[in-house]
Amino acid sequence: MNLKDKKVVLHDMSLRDGMHAKRHQISVDQMVDIATGLDEAGMPLIEVTHGDGLGGTSVNYGFPAHSDEEYLGAVIPKMKNAKVSALLLPGIGTVDHLHMAKDLGVSTIRVATHCTEADVSEQHIGQAAKLEMDTVGFLMMAHMATPEKILEQARLMESYGANCIYCTDSAGYMLPDEVTEKIGLLRAELNPTTEIGFHGHHNMGMAIANSLAAVEAGAIRIDGSVAGLGAGAGNTPLEVFVAVLDRMQANHGIDLYKIMDVAEDRVVPMMDQPIRVDRDALTLGYAGVYSSFLLFAQRAEAKYGITARDLLVELGRRGTVGGQEDMIEDLALTMAKEKGLI
Amino acid sequence: MSKKLKAAIIGPGNIGTDLLIKMFRSEWIEPVWMVGIDPESDGLKRAQEMGIKTTAEGVDGLLPHVVEDDIRVAFDATSAYVHAENSRKLNELGVIMIDLTPAAIGPFCVPPVNLAEHAKNLEMNVNMVTCGGQATIPMVAAVSQVQPVEYGEIIATVSSRSAGPGTRKNIDEFTRTTAGAVEKVGGADKGKAIIIINPAEPPLIMRDTVHCLTKEAPNEAAITESVHAMVKEVQKYVPGYRLVNGPVFDGNRVSVFMEVEGLGDYLPKYAGNLDIMTAAGLRTAEMFSEEVSNGAIELPARG
Repeated sequence: MNLKDKKVVLHDMSLRDGMHAKRHQISVDQMVDIATGLDEAGMPLIEVTHGDGLGGTSVNYGFPAHSDEEYLGAVIPKMKNAKVSALLLPGIGTVDHLHMAKDLGVSTIRVATHCTEADVSEQHIGQAAKLEMDTVGFLMMAHMATPEKILEQARLMESYGANCIYCTDSAGYMLPDEVTEKIGLLRAELNPTTEIGFHGHHNMGMAIANSLAAVEAGAIRIDGSVAGLGAGAGNTPLEVFVAVLDRMQANHGIDLYKIMDVAEDRVVPMMDQPIRVDRDALTLGYAGVYSSFLLFAQRAEAKYGITARDLLVELGRRGTVGGQEDMIEDLALTMAKEKGLI
Repeated sequence: MSKKLKAAIIGPGNIGTDLLIKMFRSEWIEPVWMVGIDPESDGLKRAQEMGIKTTAEGVDGLLPHVVEDDIRVAFDATSAYVHAENSRKLNELGVIMIDLTPAAIGPFCVPPVNLAEHAKNLEMNVNMVTCGGQATIPMVAAVSQVQPVEYGEIIATVSSRSAGPGTRKNIDEFTRTTAGAVEKVGGADKGKAIIIINPAEPPLIMRDTVHCLTKEAPNEAAITESVHAMVKEVQKYVPGYRLVNGPVFDGNRVSVFMEVEGLGDYLPKYAGNLDIMTAAGLRTAEMFSEEVSNGAIELPARG
C-alpha cells in the first residue's frame, strides 16, 4: 500500500466516544488537559460532546458529570489551533442544541443517523450548512447496508448541505475489503468537493487496517482516539495510527512523541478499565452490535445474571441500531424470566 | 335521530384511511367526508369506494357542506403547517377539531389521562401529541398519580417502514412536542423524549421505554398497581398495548418497557405507533359524542 504524501486529517474522539468508556464522567479539568495536549500535538479537530451527542444526557444513555455547554465552554477558549466539533443525533438532540454549540464556538457539526435513515437529518444538516459550519453527515452502523444503499443515503445528506460524509463502523464489524468497497464507491460517486471520512472501532482488532484501507480508497478524514479511549474496544488508537502513517510517509501533521505522551500520561491514567478487545468487546464486533452497548450489557449481566455475550449476540440478531440502549435491560429481563432467574 | 356525531377526515393518507376503517366500527362517530388535495390520490379513491363523500379541494371543498351534512367533528391528519388554517375555518362553523398533526394549537389530549376533562369543557381543538406520546404518557401519569415525578423520559422505537416523511422531515417537533406533553399531561417536572427509527426486516413492533425519577423513594406496590390499571385503560382502545417488562425499581428510577401492536386495520400490525394515534383520536371524538348524547355538553348552536 502506498500512502506517501497522502493528506490525512485526523479527528480525535477521546472526549466524545471516550465518554462512553467513562460513563460520561470525564471531568472538565480532564477534558481541558487532554484537549490542550492534543492541540499542542497538532490535532486539527477534537470532538467534545456527551457520548450520544448533544442532548444525550438521559437515563437511557447516562447523565454526564457536566453539561455539553460546560465542557464546550471550558475547552474551546483554550484551543490555540485545534477546532472543536460536536456530534448530533436527530431524535436525541435538536436544532436548538446545534445553535447552542455554534454559539459556544463549535466549528464542525457532525449529524449522525443510522445508515439507512439519512432523511431524518435534513433539518439539522440544512441548518448547520446555513450557519456556514463545517457540516458532516455521519452514517452509522454502515456494515448493515450495501455500498449502493450507503451511497444513496450519502447523496441525501450531500443534498441537504453536508460538505463531508462519513462511513461509520460503529460496531467495529467491518474488514478492510468492505471499507475499501464502501469508501471507494463514495469517493467515485459523490461530488468531488465533498470530503469522505471513516470512523472505526477496534472490536475485531481491525481499526488501524480499516483506517489505512479508507485512506487508500479516498477518505481524507479519519477518526480515532488517543489511547483508543472510546466505546467497545475503543476507536482507532491515534498515537498508533500516527506512527503507522509516519512510517508510510503520509501527510498527517501530528507530532508523534507528543501524542504518545498525551496517551500515556493523560488518558491512560484516567481509564476506568483497560480499553482492549476483551470477550464482550469482541462479541460486539463479531455480532455487529453498536459499541456503546458494551458497558450496559455488562451491567445487565451483573444485575440479571444473563451473560453480556448472550445479550449482545441476541441484540445483533434482532437488528438493533445505535441508540437502542433501552433494549438491553428489557432483553435481560425477558431472558432472565425465561430462565427462571427472576 | 342518530346519536352518532358526523365526522370529516382531512388527509387521505395512511393515518386518514386507517382512521376511516376504525370509524366504520364506531358506535359514536359516523364518517361522512374524506378531504384531500389530489383528485388522483389513492386515498380519496379508497374513501369513495368505501362509500364516503370526497373532495379534492382541501378544507375549502368541505366548508359548503358542513352545516347541511351536520359535520360536528373533524380529524386533521395533514401537517402542522396547514392545520392552523383548517382548524380556524372549521371551528368557525362549530366543528370540533381533533388534531393529529404536531401543530398543537389546542391542549394535548391523552385519552386515559385527561380526555374526560377536555370533553367536559368542550375544547374545540385538541391535539393528540405524537405516537410516542400516546404510547408513553399514560405510564408517566400512572407514576405521577402515585407520587411526584421529578423527571420523565421516554424512548420510542418505531420501524422504519412506519415512520412517514412528515415525521422524518420534522423529527425535532417529535422530540419537543413529546417532551412538553410528558410534563404537561404526564405530570413530570421535566420531560425528555427520544425517538429511534429501526430498519430491521421483518419490521419490529413499536417499542417504548418509560423512565421516571421520583422525588422520594418510589412506593413500589402502589406504582405497580397504578401501571397495571393504566395499561388496562389504554387497552380499551388499543388492545395490543402491552407491558413487556417492569415496572423495574432501581433507587428512585421507575422503568417500564412497553410494546404497541396495532389492530392491522389499514396499517400493518407492527405500526402500533400509527395505530395508537388513530385509535386515540377516535376515542377522543367518541367521548365528546358520548357527552353530547348524555346531555353533559351542548354542541355549538347552528341556525
